[in-house]
Amino acid sequence: MAIARAERLVNLVLCLLSTRQFLTAERIRAIVPGYADAPTDEAFFRMFERDKSELRDLGVPLETGRGPEEGDGYRIARRDYELGDIDLEPDEAAAVALAARLWDSPQLTGAAHGALIKLRAAGVDVDEAAPAAVEPKVRTSEPAFPPLLAAVQAGQAVKFGYRRPSPAQTMERTVEPWGVVAWRGRWYLVGHDRDRDAARCFRLSRFVGDVTTLGKPGEVRSPDGIDLLSFVARTEFAPQPSSPARLWVAKDRAFGLRRHATVVDQQDDGDVVEIDLKFPESAAKWIAGFGPDVVVIEPEILAKSVRERLLGVVEGKR
Amino acid sequence: MSASNERLPRLLALVPYLLNRPGIPVDEAAADFGITPKQLRKDLELLWMCGLPGYGPGDLIDLSFEGETITVSFDAGMNRPLRLTAAEATSLLVALRALADTPGVVDTDAVQRALAKIEKAVGDAQPAGVAVGLGLREREETAEIRDAVQEAVRRERALSIRYYSQAHDQISDRVVDPMRLLIVEGRGYLEAWCRSALGVRLFRLDRIDAVTELDEPSAPPPHAQPTDTSEGLFQPEDGQHMAILLLEPDAHWVAEYYPVDLVTELGDGRTRVVMRYADTSWMVRLLLGLGGEVHVEQPESLADHVRERAEAALRRADHLLST
Repeated sequence: MAIARAERLVNLVLCLLSTRQFLTAERIRAIVPGYADAPTDEAFFRMFERDKSELRDLGVPLETGRGPEEGDGYRIARRDYELGDIDLEPDEAAAVALAARLWDSPQLTGAAHGALIKLRAAGVDVDEAAPAAVEPKVRTSEPAFPPLLAAVQAGQAVKFGYRRPSPAQTMERTVEPWGVVAWRGRWYLVGHDRDRDAARCFRLSRFVGDVTTLGKPGEVRSPDGIDLLSFVARTEFAPQPSSPARLWVAKDRAFGLRRHATVVDQQDDGDVVEIDLKFPESAAKWIAGFGPDVVVIEPEILAKSVRERLLGVVEGKR
Repeated sequence: MSASNERLPRLLALVPYLLNRPGIPVDEAAADFGITPKQLRKDLELLWMCGLPGYGPGDLIDLSFEGETITVSFDAGMNRPLRLTAAEATSLLVALRALADTPGVVDTDAVQRALAKIEKAVGDAQPAGVAVGLGLREREETAEIRDAVQEAVRRERALSIRYYSQAHDQISDRVVDPMRLLIVEGRGYLEAWCRSALGVRLFRLDRIDAVTELDEPSAPPPHAQPTDTSEGLFQPEDGQHMAILLLEPDAHWVAEYYPVDLVTELGDGRTRVVMRYADTSWMVRLLLGLGGEVHVEQPESLADHVRERAEAALRRADHLLST
């Protein structure tokens, strides 16, 4: 019976780990069980190439060099193969388990699971199911996530349709991707926009259609020491000054607003309240939502912008 | 990933794993690798055939079974696991760094120590291409609520909370049995068994106005299951309503922010979406706030309701501000 491929590969790893000298393909063919099954030279080399590439994909560091025999040989340097020493205290192991559970993502959950298996093999006990008081979760549900992650990891440029909100249009963009970044649960692509010739962020939720790769793997390199996160956090958020407002609120209504407000005058059918608006630009939207239950007394500009929204509903303007 | 692609990394990890745990029960080892005991036995039978050149009795990996336990007696030189791949290092280290940036929420001291140790152990395989900021946004009041809730979760105590339900625009007091604290999309949630609703509920921390720890243990019933967050916090449920909305460009964020199905780009910048919603009064508030940026195509009753509220609001403003 032919020797199973997995068995041949384990034997190949053990053989190359145990040798100091580089072993040629011919030597390996003679030594490692399974290669003798190859009926021809060509079949053997095909088999051996496939095995080498599978080991490299797994991260096995195959070294090539000259040995005592004719031709290139192979070996695995133990110090490059082995995971470094690691010993985690129970609270550190709990942190690692929590980190592995952060992902609600097929791509990243699988990789985290692979990492935990290796840590366990190094003697660390990590209980993935241990209950934690706090569980942060990060999802990767955008369809563009898997191809972008793959392109980032392969170092390949990408082309995709991107919707701009205003003026509203979908444009084709070509980007050299440096990384995918999650900030407050939203995913962004950060990279060099070839059309603009500048660094740009793109929200994954605004991608339209498929992501395609351009050029060869390894062509894109991100700038050294780039802090991807600061890029996105910086673009999106600037602190806003809060602004006070005076409102009329109908009796026993609009509790969502009342819980942030102070009543300054009680009237028969409602109260006059004061409120500090933390997000003045979205306050009109929020207040208009309460309809006849809330009326803006001042500032004038807020009253006007609430009125415009309500008129917009009534007129149904297009 | 295909089964064979998972098997080889597992085979390479098994020997060092067992070496570190002499006499480990088969069931426990299988559970750690996420496989069945039957698959584990198949893996061990294969490893038994592997070893060093020569492949004589003294060269092959040697494992002994004693009852339901396993011990490695010869490892053939495979005594350490393979180092982490770049993808593995990335997923773990990026997650740890995200946790390290949430002081007060998790034990960041332990996270930092774990991070330093793992960074050192993985060597060259440093994370690249992925970054995560949980960016927990909370006001000072919410941070205080979170501290109290977190303490109750840790001590497994029941809580009385004053909660603002945005769906109903109501504030109510309820007793809950805390299960865990979740941080999703920059927001903190208490997951608890609600004794009023008789179900597992997620309470947004920034909508809890007051919290009192009760002198009784948190006791969710055994059938109270944690919410599966992998498909998002809000899942389609029976009894939800549907609306067909036409979004002007300025309102496109609605399609990104709320659960919508069937997004149709109309080509002129506008988008037609089918949106699910549980509570009509909540939907009316959203639509009033959006003003002319959205048009309700269906149901007609919703469109009428929103228009009536807007008209009433304009009348009231005219009346109040003129007197």
